[in-house]
Formats: sequence, C-alpha cells, structure tokens
Amino acid sequence: MPYALRAYEYWLVAYRRVWRGSVVTTALNPVLYLSALGLGLGKLVDRGGGVGVPYLDYVAPGILASTVMLVAAFESSYPVMGAIRWTRQFHAMLATPLRVRDAVLGHQLYALSRVAMAAGLYLAVLAAFGAIRSWLAVLALPASALLGLAFSAPVAAMAAWLERDEGFNVLFRFGVTPMFLFSGTFFPVSRLPQGIREIAWATPTWHGVDLIRRLTLGGAPLWPSLGHVAYLAAWAAAGLALAQRTFTRRLVT
Amino acid sequence: MRAEGPLVCARGLVKRFGALTAVDGIDFDVQRGEAFGFLGPNGAGKSSTMRMIGCVSPVSGGTLRILGLDPARDGPRIRARLGVVPQQDTLDTELTVRENIVIYGRYFGLSRRELRGRADRLLEFVQLSERANDRVEPLSGGMKRRLTIARALVNDPELLLLDEPTTGLDPQARHALWDRLFRLKQQGVTLVLTTHYMDEAEQLCDRLVIMDRGRIAEEGSPAELIRRLSTREVVELRFAGPSPRVDLALFDGRVARVEALPDRVLLYADDGDALVPLVHERLRPQSVLVRRSTLEDVFLRLTGRTLVD
Repeated sequence: MPYALRAYEYWLVAYRRVWRGSVVTTALNPVLYLSALGLGLGKLVDRGGGVGVPYLDYVAPGILASTVMLVAAFESSYPVMGAIRWTRQFHAMLATPLRVRDAVLGHQLYALSRVAMAAGLYLAVLAAFGAIRSWLAVLALPASALLGLAFSAPVAAMAAWLERDEGFNVLFRFGVTPMFLFSGTFFPVSRLPQGIREIAWATPTWHGVDLIRRLTLGGAPLWPSLGHVAYLAAWAAAGLALAQRTFTRRLVT
Repeated sequence: MRAEGPLVCARGLVKRFGALTAVDGIDFDVQRGEAFGFLGPNGAGKSSTMRMIGCVSPVSGGTLRILGLDPARDGPRIRARLGVVPQQDTLDTELTVRENIVIYGRYFGLSRRELRGRADRLLEFVQLSERANDRVEPLSGGMKRRLTIARALVNDPELLLLDEPTTGLDPQARHALWDRLFRLKQQGVTLVLTTHYMDEAEQLCDRLVIMDRGRIAEEGSPAELIRRLSTREVVELRFAGPSPRVDLALFDGRVARVEALPDRVLLYADDGDALVPLVHERLRPQSVLVRRSTLEDVFLRLTGRTLVD
C-alpha cells in the first residue's frame, strides 16, 4: 500500500469520531442557504431584472464553490497545526517508514475526501431544489475537488509555517470571508468597481465559481473552463510544493 | 543471515542548529542485545543524538550507520525496523488506547487482522488491557508512557529507542516502566535510551556514555565507571551555617577527594564509616550520611556539575 494511504487512514480513523455531526451540518447548510437566498432573496432579484437565469440557479453553484473553499481551508488549518503541535501525529508518522511527502499527501487526500463529501451532498440538495440545469453538473464533482486542492494545499503549507493559531483568524477574516462574498458567488464580479474587480478575478474562488456555474447551468461555452482548470491546478501545485517545504522545515530538524 | 556489525555505529557524529553545535563529534557503537545509555544533563546533546539515530533529524557531520544502513539514503527502510519512544508523547488522545496502536501499526503496513492480535498482546504486556477501549486523554502520565512503549513495539523492532522514558513520572510509575523495559532486555531487544537520572542508567544500562556539552566524557558499564572514576563510598556532610572549607590534609590520606556543593560537602573515601568519628570531631557537621558512589559522583568528577539541577 502506498505510504500516503497509510497516513490517509489515520485521518479517516480520527474523522470517524465526529462524522455524524459533520454530515448533518454539511447537509443542512445548503438547505438553509438555498431557502434563504435562492427562494427568499431570489424572488426579489428576479422581479428586479435578475441575472439572466433564475437567481436560485445562479446562486446555487456559487454556494457550492464557496462551501468547497470553506471545507478545504478549514480541514487544512487547525487539523494540520494540531497534528504538528497537539496530537503530534505527524511526528508519530515520521518515526515510522512514512516520509514528509506521505504526511502531506495523506492529509490532502483526507481534505479532498471531505470536499468530495460536501460537494456530493450539495449537488444532491441542488438537484432536489431543481437548481441543476445540465448533465454537465456531474463534472462539478471533480471541479470541486480541484478547487478544494487549490485551497487545501496552500492553507496546509501556511498551517505548518505559522507559529500560532491566531494566524488562522487573519486567513479567515481577511482572506476566506471576502472571497466568499465578492468572488462572483452572489452577484457577477462585473458589478464590482474597477480595481476591485481585477482582484476578484485573481482569486481561485472566482475561477472555481465560474467553472462550476458553467457546469451546472450548461449552455455557456466551455472553453474558458480550461483556463479556470489550469489556473486552479497552478494554485494546487504551488500549494503542494510549498507544503512540502514548510512541513519539512517544521518536522525535520 | 544478518550482517553482524554493531546495530548503531557513529564516528565523528555532529549535529548543528544554526550557530549552535548540539552534538560535537561523538563516536560510539551499540551492539545487538545490549542496553546502551546516554547519560547527561539537559542540553548535553542526548536527544539530538537520538533523533539522528531515529532517522528524523539529518546528520550535520561525521558518519552514522544504523543496522548497517545510511539514514540519509535509507531512512524509511531503517525506521521500519526501529521502535521509537519519543521524549514528548505523540499519541492522539482523542482516540482509544487500541486505536492508537492499530493506526501506528498501519503506518508500518501491517494488516488490520494481524494488528488485532498484536494490540492485545502488547496491551497485556504493558498492563493496559482493561483500558483498551478507553480514550487516551484521561490516562495517567505513566499509562501514556506505557502505551507509547507498546506502540513502539508494534513492528517487532530490532532496536528500541527511548528518549527520557521516565521523565516527569512519579517513582511508582517509573518502577513499573523499568520493569517492562527490563523484560524487553531479557527477551533480547536492543535498547538505546537517554536519561538524566543516574539511577535509571544504573538500573537499565549494560553500557553507557556520559555526555556533556555535546561531547562524550566517558564510556563504560555503570559499575566500571564508578570503580574507575570514583571511590567505593561517599560521606555527605551538611552544615547548619555555611559549609566550612574542608582540607584533604585533615584526614591523613584517607579521603581521596573533596567536592564542595552549595548545600553539602562530599568526601570520597573507600571506607566511609571509618571516617565518621573523625568527621564529627574535626568538622562538627549537622548531619552525616555514608553511601555508595553512584554515577552522579562520576558525573560530578568529570564535569564539576551535578546531573539534575
């Protein structure tokens, strides 16, 4: 069995302790969001000119993408710092045949599993709300995985580099939350003032939102999606390379 | 057939952290089946040496061979055959006692089936069978250490590394742990341990090196070191006020050496009891204690300092 899978198994065993609460929360969130934004707010939006498609259908993939971002960022923040400092489980792994890259990849596999689970549940809820308009939506699952990796890998790198967990407050307050609000999740980025708009386009979140939206809505040309895929893959690759470095500096002294 | 060289062989081994040299060119060999100790105060370089042997800390200089292999090239292969009890626990305290052993065994690629039996046997060995399905978090420090030892044995290691195995434990827990380690030794497991407790070193080690400031000061069996570097007995004197200056000449050559510590004066002699009347007459101490020489005295002789401050 590849070494990274051995590390992955640890995370699954640890997750087994909390899976019930985790699944309930993950399934409940899209229901709440889609009810409030899609059905509630959506009525007002659609009456006031709208965004070209029913607002529910527009906002649903945005919420899916931002959830992927949240889950991925979260699973790579405190859990990674914990495995370095609190449970010291990464140290335990490195005393066995496992290497730093196995510890990194095993954890990323776990973060991706959590992303896939959340995305799968979301897609099911979206389908139940009738917010999916194209069969291409099945591709939203791998797209979510890629978006997830574009977040989980750099955040894991950061978690190994940080000295204290206060750094995560900065990440979530000034990174994740603004991206959640302004990356085309709830309204088109083109409505943002110039200057801000360019920042939004640079975020991996916007690329993920636009990619997933093209897939669930269908009808729009797919070729821009290749750019999104490449951009997200670059974030993921850079994040993995960086994580390998920060993990090594932290764990191999 | 295994090549029968030493299990661990270090020549001119160096560990540097930036400008700090933690291990400053040490040589030692660990033979199969022996219990080998690194004795020294905190900061002597013991843990750095252990982490290099455990192939988690890269060597800064010199050569190190473990099981005949080079840690820089064969880290995973070497670690597959080691058991490691680190100084700081690396248990997941939210998981159960058994889960901690099983997941660690999985890191070595052992099957879940195989691990069921092994976990039972190991938990029995460290007397934790009753706690197998309890979470680790509420266990006492001594139990956690025993669990860490059980876990380190899950891959049936040829070499067990123990970094300060009983630091922070109460005397009862320490003795329980020593008892387990002694049994492992009897079963032929090679032990390498670090400690700053001289009684631990005397109890467990067949052979040890005394480390100080990154170097090896002496090497030998505990009894041999004491014979070679100390006298048979020690007379400890405590005084009500400040300790007086004690001159060797007072004792007509019957005292080999005097050590004046902040709280007491030590007289090194082969026959301590014979000195007692003379000591009372000439120095008028508040208390007098005659005891055997220990490794602590050896360390004091070598470095001029005590092991545990």
